[in-house]
Parts: sequence; C-alpha cells; structure tokens
Amino acid sequence: MAEDLLVARKVTKRFGGLVAVRELDFTIPKGSIVSIIGPNGAGKTTFFNCITGFYSIDEGDLIFDGHRLNGRPSYQIARYGISRTFQNIRLFENMTVIENIMVGQEPRLTSSWIGAILGTPHTRAEEEQAEKKAREMLQFVGLQGKGDWLAKNLPYGEQRRLEIARALASDPKLLLLDEPTAGMNPRETAETTRFIQRLRDELGITILLIEHDMRVVMGISERVTVLDYGEKIAEGTPAEIQTNPRVIEAYLGRGAAASANIEVSA
Amino acid sequence: MAKTGRIDWRQLIRYGLLAGVAALYVSVIGMVEVFSQRSLITGVLTLGQLLLFSAPVLAGYLAVYKDDESQTAAFSLLKGVITGLFSSLPLIALVLLANAVNLRAMFVNVSPALIDILVFGQGTAVGVLLLLLSGAIWGTLGVIIHLLPDKTRHVVLVGLSWTLGAGMLSELLIQVFRPLFGSGFIRFVFQGGALKLWASIVVFILVTLLDWYWSKRREEVKTKMANLNPTQRRAGMGVGLLILLILPWILGTYLSEVLDNVGLFILMGLGLNIAVGLAGLLDLGYVATFAIGAYVMGLFTSTSSLGVGELNFWIVLPISILAAMTAGFLLALPVLHMRGDYLAITTLGFGEIIRILALSDWLSPIIGGAQGILAIPKPQIGSFVFRGPQEIYYLILAGCILAIFVSSRLNNSRTGRQWMAMREDEDVAAAMGIDTTKSKVLAFTLSAASGGLAGAIFASKLGTIFPHSFNLLISINVLSLIIVGGMGSLPGVVVGAFALVALPELLREFAEYRLLLYGALLIVMMLARPEGLWPSAVRRRELKGTEEEEIEGGEGAPVAVTAD
Repeated sequence: MAEDLLVARKVTKRFGGLVAVRELDFTIPKGSIVSIIGPNGAGKTTFFNCITGFYSIDEGDLIFDGHRLNGRPSYQIARYGISRTFQNIRLFENMTVIENIMVGQEPRLTSSWIGAILGTPHTRAEEEQAEKKAREMLQFVGLQGKGDWLAKNLPYGEQRRLEIARALASDPKLLLLDEPTAGMNPRETAETTRFIQRLRDELGITILLIEHDMRVVMGISERVTVLDYGEKIAEGTPAEIQTNPRVIEAYLGRGAAASANIEVSA
Repeated sequence: MAKTGRIDWRQLIRYGLLAGVAALYVSVIGMVEVFSQRSLITGVLTLGQLLLFSAPVLAGYLAVYKDDESQTAAFSLLKGVITGLFSSLPLIALVLLANAVNLRAMFVNVSPALIDILVFGQGTAVGVLLLLLSGAIWGTLGVIIHLLPDKTRHVVLVGLSWTLGAGMLSELLIQVFRPLFGSGFIRFVFQGGALKLWASIVVFILVTLLDWYWSKRREEVKTKMANLNPTQRRAGMGVGLLILLILPWILGTYLSEVLDNVGLFILMGLGLNIAVGLAGLLDLGYVATFAIGAYVMGLFTSTSSLGVGELNFWIVLPISILAAMTAGFLLALPVLHMRGDYLAITTLGFGEIIRILALSDWLSPIIGGAQGILAIPKPQIGSFVFRGPQEIYYLILAGCILAIFVSSRLNNSRTGRQWMAMREDEDVAAAMGIDTTKSKVLAFTLSAASGGLAGAIFASKLGTIFPHSFNLLISINVLSLIIVGGMGSLPGVVVGAFALVALPELLREFAEYRLLLYGALLIVMMLARPEGLWPSAVRRRELKGTEEEEIEGGEGAPVAVTAD
C-alpha cells in the first residue's frame, strides 16, 4: 500500500445551520485514482473547495504531502501541488489559450515585476521556457494550432481540455477533477476517461475525481467514496460500491433499493 | 423577384420622430446655436447644421437597415423620404410655437437666432417647407448610404469624415500650414476659419482615392511592415522620434500647450490602465495620485513661504513618484477584499478625501488650503529652462515614453498575466497559485506611479497649484479615455487621450457641452464598439512558435499523434 498523499480527518464544513460536509474521513493513496460520487447536493464540490482553500473548514484536519492545509490561502495550496478544474468551466475567457496555460504554470515561476521591467536574462529565459512548455502542453491535450485563440472562442469540449491543460501546467502532485465529462457525448466521455487514465499512468499524477457518469467512475477508479447529505455512506472498490444497498438507496430512493440495480458497463 | 413590401408606418414614424426629438433636444439646449458659429465649409455647412442633419440621416439609415435584399431601391428611398419628413415635425413644431408664444421664459436657449438657423434664414412659411424638404433629403441620404455596396460605402464614409474633420479643425490646420506654406496658401484654401467648398471637394476626392488604394494594398503593406528587418525598424522609430522632437516648434505655443495636456492625460491613462485595464480594479479616485505628486513637487520646490527646502526639481521628481506610490499602496490595503461596486465607491471616496484635505483649513498652514502653493520654479537642466509649453513638452514626452516602455514590459510579463487572470476570475487565479493580495497591492502601487509623475510635471508646468485642480472630473476623464481607447490597450490610451482631451480643447464650442458629449460618446462606444477605438491586440505567440518548430524538424508531429 502506497503512502497517503492527502489525508482528511473528521472534516466538517457548515454554512449557517446547514452541515455541508460532516466529519469526513478520507485518504488518497499516492498514484491512485479515487472518485467521490453522490446525489446532487451531497457536498462533493464543497469538499473540493475545502481542499483547495476556497472555503475554510470548521473542524478537522486536512494534511497534504506533509503540509497542513487548514486556513491556508488558495494560492499557497496550489503551490504545495494541488491543482483543480471546475464543474462549470472557469477559464480566463479573454486571455489566449497559451496565456491560460502559462497562468497555470504560476507555482513554478519565480520572475518578478522588476525583472520584467528591466528585461533581465532570468526573466527572459523563464518566459521563453514557460511558453515552450505551454506549447508542449497544448499538443499533449490535442489543442495544437489553437494557442492564439481566445479561450472563450473554443468549442465546449476543447474548453474542458484546456482547463485540464491549465491544471496540469503546474506539474501538480494531486489533480482534482470536478465532473470532467459533464455535457460530453459518449464518444467524448470515453476519450476523456482514457485521457485521465493516461495522466496517472504516464505522468504519475494522483487524481481525485467527482463524477456523475457511473461508466467513468467504475471504469477507472481504484476506490470510490459515496457521500450523501455531507456524510460518507460507503467506501470501497467499484465492485463493492455497486452492490452496496445504502448507495442504491441514496441514488434511487428507499423503495427502489430492494429491487433496482445500478446499470454499469464497466 | 423584387417585391415592394408593405410600408411599416409605425416603424418609420418612430424612427423619424426619435430623430426629430433628438434634433429638437440639441436645439433647445443651445448646442445648435453655439455650434453654428463654427463653419465647416464656408457658406455651405456649419457644425450646428451637421448636428441637426445627422439625426435624419441616421434615422433614414436605420429605417431600412433591417430590410432584406429583395426590396427595390425606389421603395427603400420612399421609406427614407417618409422618415425624414417625420423627423422634421418636432423642429417645425418648435418654430411655430416659438412664433406664437415666448418660449424663452422656460427654454432660455430658444433664441431668435436659433429659429433663424432652423428656418435657414427664411421666413416661417418658407422655412417650414425648407425644413420638410431638408428632412426628406437627409432621410433619403441615409437610405442611399445604406444602399451603397459595402466597399463604396466604406470609402465614402471615410472620405466624408475626413472632409468634415478637416473643416472642423480648420483653425488648427491654418495655424500649422501658415508657417509651412505661407499666407497666400491659407487664403487660397480657407475662408473665415473654414474650408472653401472647392477645397473640401478636393479633400474628399483625395481621401477617397487614398482609402480605395489602401483597401487594395493593405495586406501587402502590412506584410511588408511585418517583414522589416531590425535596422529598418530602428530607422522608422528614429524618424518617428525625430518628428515627435520637432513637433512643438511646428505647432506653436498654443497647440504645444494642448499637446502637453494630452501628454499629461496619456501619462495618467497609462497608469490607471494598469489598475483598471489589466488588473480589473475599478479605481475612481485616480486623481489622488495626481494631486499627491503635484503637492509633493510644489511643497519641496516652491520658493514661497510654504516651500520646504526649495529643492531641485530633479531631486523631488522621484520623491513625488514614491509618495504617490506609497499612497497607492496604502489605498490598496483597506480595499483588498472589495470587489466591483464596493471597490469603485471606496476609491471614489479616497480621491475626494485627498482633495478635501488639500482644501482644508486644518492643513492650510502646511499646504496652503484654498490659496494653494505658489511660486513653483520651472525645471532646469544646466542652463536650459523648461520655461514654456514647448519646452515642458520634452519633459512630458520623456515621461510618456518611459511609461509606455514600462507598461508594455509589464503587459507582456508574468506580472501582466497575473493581473489579467485576476481580472478574469479572482478565485480561479488564486487556485492557480497567484497571490492575489500581492498582485492587487502591486497593481495599485505601480498604477499610482505615473499619476504621481504627471502631477509633479503639472505642478512645475503651471508654477502654482490649487485644490480645485484636483477634482473628480480628472478621474472620470482618465477613466473615460481608457474606455474609449480600449481597455488594457496602450495605443488605445494615446488615441483616447487625443479624442477626449485634444478635441474639446481645439473646439471651444464643445466646452459647455463637454460632459453631455462624453456621456453620449460613452453610450455610443458601449453600443457600437465596446472594445474601444484601438483594442489591445491578442498576442500572436503560437504562430511564431509553430514556425520555429517546423524549422527544427518534424519531431513535433508524432507527439501530436500519440497524444490523442
């Protein structure tokens, strides 16, 4: 068993009286693909936002790669090596594709504004390097030739890929993907699934996935965690989850639980 | 098959009356009368008439704008006539009403002179008929403009605007041309501060031909420009710089003064552009940095009793800039967590605080209160004194070149990208590893620098500073010129400054209606060209990149295949 890259201990997040995430214990082993599933409003995205510092957690601990994440600002967490995409695509729309990816490289860049004004060799070299890397990344996600497009002018599927490219540009240790196949047709979904698999296999990036599409989840996850009303109701391998009565109940309602099966083609 | 569709009377009446009401409005507030004093083409057209007639032209254009191709030209022209006729009605009503009752009790600007302009100097009866006729003609002209083929229309419109522009700026042209070509030439071309009819026709034909030629050769010229080698490029820049250097001596004192004002606003625009255009931080109190720069310069160099140290201009200049930057830094701290409207209101307050402090009795023993600071000496290098507007020009030019250099370096750097990312989506920018707090503080601080520089030059240029020079209007002016020029675009700042600072200065008639025209211009810009007159170009990184890769060899291609 590999060591855990991210450990969440009894993480709780409240919004007023509503408990969005309740005493969640959760680990992600290094080099694995772990999924979080659950009905709408189960607290999946809230948990993502807690990890990335968008929300500060009310109780519990988040430990990533030896760093305690509680109360750390987003940018600091990004520099520790956590990168993410968003459920509803959030690109820098009025910047070019290349510029988007270059912003993604922020955690690795060191040049300052003074260097920029003076045009120091370090700044020039770093910018050149960043641009070169951005172009490589462009090819990696199959967007070559579109580097000068404004991000908002890309078609939907390519915007999704650009978002992943931007997240990858920082060489993250952990990549959080929030419904990466939302709005895709079956063929695009299959492509994206293979792509995610490759990220782990070829680049060795640990991946945490929120997904609604069971085919994706069951196909590539080593472990699946199910949330409902902010609580973990099940955890295990895809096969275990598929037969877990509590999961079926959460998804289909109490009556259906007895007879229904989740249709899976994994 | 051409068809003559039904006439949509309601639509035509609406466009016509709207245009009429617009013409009525500019008449009643006195714009037409004031603008009529400026002749564009001697004996043919005044600026006031241009203003009046543009309404029916626009209405006629709009009336047929959405028609499909199938309608016959005659039918479209008929629509133009109808729209134009209706656009005359409000003005006719005004003329008749002004004859019947004394409107001046309520509308002071409805003078006999205005009515005389409206009826073309004829009596009421003939005048009303002429008004109807002119409405019909201008409405039809709008339709004709619409009916022209796209290319022809473009050429004609460009020709018209240059001709009218030349007419409008005749006084300026006379001043520039007189020393170059002599008085004989001036008398030959101009009369009464306007173009002669034949001259305006020549201008129109020349511009039209040039534009037609340009439209054919544009791509060719552009590629040639792009392929210039560094030496040629440097030579081009050298020639440009040379022209900038001798400019004040061609233009004379008055125009140099105008140019100086434009330059100061370019400086401020470049600074504010960092905060607003790049970082998306709406700063409505930018005048504060200008004021601080000016007051620091005033205090430390003045030879009056308020002066502290009577230091040299060149020593105080960096101090002024640093002081303004410090103020920008301090302003940034309380507004770090504010966005949008809240940020705008707070910065607005900051600008007012600085102005009120400058005006206050409390600080008046130190900075002079309403009396301001007097006796600020002119800057000097050796024995060369920056005495008048023609000398100060060089100081401002140097400042502008420096600010443009710094801005463009920042624009194309990691720092610029951080600002833009923050402008686009602050949360995501933070999630990508950008310290948005630091970026914001940096944006406010650097943005303040050129405001401070402008203020410092302003103080020693005038020799005296008063609190009322630093009012909200300056902040609004600077912001407007950025919006009109194009957010985040450096050439846009320059173009915007010329449009919003130089033009009103050259056309004195505008002064009274400056804010009205600003408002109208901003609305039109937002509707017709929200990206600004000269929007920032999207940088072409990848084209450059792929070319390099192709030269390197085909190694890129297999990667692309395996990537899928």
